[in-house]
Amino acid sequence: MNILVFVKRVPDTESRIRVQHETKTIAEDGLNFVVSPYDEYAVEEALRLREAKGGTVRVVSVGRDEAGAVLRKCLAMGADEAFLVKDASPETYDGLRTARIIARTVERKFPGADLLLFGKQSVGADNSQVPAMVAELLGLGQATVVTKFEVEGASATAYREIEGGTEKVVLPLPAVVTAQKGLNEPRYETLKGIMAAKKKDVPVITLEELGLGPDDLASRVEITGLDVPPQRQAGKILQGDPAETSRELVRLLRGEAKVI
Amino acid sequence: MIAVFMEARDGKIKKSSLEALSEAKRRAEEMGAETAAVLVGASVAGLAPAAFALGAAKVYALESQALADYSSQAYALALAGFVGDVKPGALFFAATAMGKDLAPRVAARLGVALASDCTKVAVRNGELEFTRPIYAGKAFLSFTLKSTPKLATLRPNIFPLGEAAPAAGEVVRKDVPLPSGAVKGRVAEVIKEESGEIDVTEADVVVSGGRGLKGPEAFALLRDLAAVFPRAAVGASRSAVDSGWIGHQHQVGQTGKTVSPNLYLAVGISGAIQHLAGMSSSKVIVAVNKDVEAPIFKAADYGIVGDLFEVVPRLKDELKKALAE
Ligand SMILES: Cc1cc2nc3c(=O)[nH]c(=O)nc-3n(C[C@H](O)[C@H](O)[C@H](O)COP(=O)(O)OP(=O)(O)OC[C@H]3O[C@@H](n4cnc5c(N)ncnc54)[C@H](O)[C@@H]3O)c2cc1C
Ligand SMILES: Nc1ncnc2c1ncn2[C@@H]1O[C@H](COP(=O)(O)O)[C@@H](O)[C@H]1O
Repeated sequence: MNILVFVKRVPDTESRIRVQHETKTIAEDGLNFVVSPYDEYAVEEALRLREAKGGTVRVVSVGRDEAGAVLRKCLAMGADEAFLVKDASPETYDGLRTARIIARTVERKFPGADLLLFGKQSVGADNSQVPAMVAELLGLGQATVVTKFEVEGASATAYREIEGGTEKVVLPLPAVVTAQKGLNEPRYETLKGIMAAKKKDVPVITLEELGLGPDDLASRVEITGLDVPPQRQAGKILQGDPAETSRELVRLLRGEAKVI
Repeated sequence: MIAVFMEARDGKIKKSSLEALSEAKRRAEEMGAETAAVLVGASVAGLAPAAFALGAAKVYALESQALADYSSQAYALALAGFVGDVKPGALFFAATAMGKDLAPRVAARLGVALASDCTKVAVRNGELEFTRPIYAGKAFLSFTLKSTPKLATLRPNIFPLGEAAPAAGEVVRKDVPLPSGAVKGRVAEVIKEESGEIDVTEADVVVSGGRGLKGPEAFALLRDLAAVFPRAAVGASRSAVDSGWIGHQHQVGQTGKTVSPNLYLAVGISGAIQHLAGMSSSKVIVAVNKDVEAPIFKAADYGIVGDLFEVVPRLKDELKKALAE
């Protein structure tokens, strides 16, 4: 199987996010960047499929040079090759823009792919847009938020999380699949893997060579504000005898908060 | 016109879609525009009254036997066709499993941007402005869209339902031609969770447990507490899920589900930033924890410092009493 995995470089989930009001951007200094956690499940799934069925795992990231580091991490986990689609623009929050770049990359560089794996959402932008947009642009079927995945010949079965249950989707390959927690447990990179990854080349693909023009690359999202959430008022903390604190809490929930 | 996709499962329109319609109605009135509801399925026109009751001026029923079961590709084709015909200024979805699966496909088909998982919609200089949490709620982004129609998904449980009043309106039926071979993949089966419990994302009250529960057994205490309320669900921290005490569909947080119930009870949960990410848009947050220093108390509106094994049963009794009054 010829598998492509798309990974994004994002601040780790512990990060304290600081807002720069003047530029309406997130301050990047002091942040620790990682592979978006859901994308790690996607990489792991690709590696397991390769182990079971043979083939190759190629990992692709769209972003600045710094994204090279997350691609190396994927190589250290065991991916065969990694590619950086170089896009110097800051975060636009416009999923369609990224989706167009990815769809074009697939068409021009990896037309023989059997499976396109993504994370269910990128931590940070939290958009959950790019994969389904890529599927539509390429005319492929999709299964999003997948917790179990099986391949049988040219057909795949995906189990996706929905409210109060699971949807079983049967798809012809190639298809777009997005990973949810529960799909697998990502492996740690080994020392040997890290050493091997250091020696590998990460080829750069430019937007020009993909033939993307200004119209494809324009953001259709116009940011009007970026703020931190309003401070919550300090809560009321009750201490003492459990029977009394319970009674008092219920009284507050009814009389003050009016939620019961 | 602001059109709203109405998600129907089991022959009923979802509450979150009715919330999206209610918000569309409020914003459309502000802009002097109409509101319309869009139903998609094999035979769905019969669901129109619920949309009229919330103020939809028109209901579009996009019908075809091929749309009987949900398929992102087929539904996207139908909705893109509707947009081409009717040319609404905006199209809203509820940010449900289906809405999040479908809306980006529609956006890509139309070549327009999408505002995901919005928690606020405003009208600014006659234009829709969307606000949504980013970085798991550590920041809020406001923006307008430069493409038309304005596509957005609205987070469930955030936007209040409008007052329903019996009303009539025009149902416009549209047949949807689906070229054969255009749809790849199908839903083979929907497997309902056996318990028949409602999902944490749809509950009015969520009672969540963490590592403080010390094992799967204590979740029975939380289920008892949840059972006091009419529409409650049991949630969990990642630690509880990873320990195998409860299924991952219950996990709340960055790598779990995002919930915004009226009341969120965090029991034996420390309040790690990744947990807060999933529940900080809840209306009222209550924490029960034996450690007065636990960070969850900083996020909570109310807290009880104590041993959950002593507090939870008493809390259940007190709630029962209060709700019976
Ligand atoms: C990439 C990433 C994603 C993550 N995603 C999520 C996510 O989606 N959701 C999530 O929840 N976490 C997530 N986490 C994990 C998160 O960082 C915490 O580890 C986790 O939330 C802790 O769970 P907990 O609060 O149940 O356990 P703990 O932190 O161990 O807290 C247990 C609490 O129980 C209290 N306690 C113990 N005994 C009692 C008692 N008898 N009575 C009352 N209180 C008691 C303790 O005082 C303590 O505060 C993620 C982490 C990472 C790195
Ligand atoms: N810049 C990017 N480079 C590579 N993959 C991306 C990029 N942005 C998003 N993706 C993929 O799309 C998924 C969903 O992202 P999003 O739509 O931003 O929530 C991510 O988990 C990645 O798999």
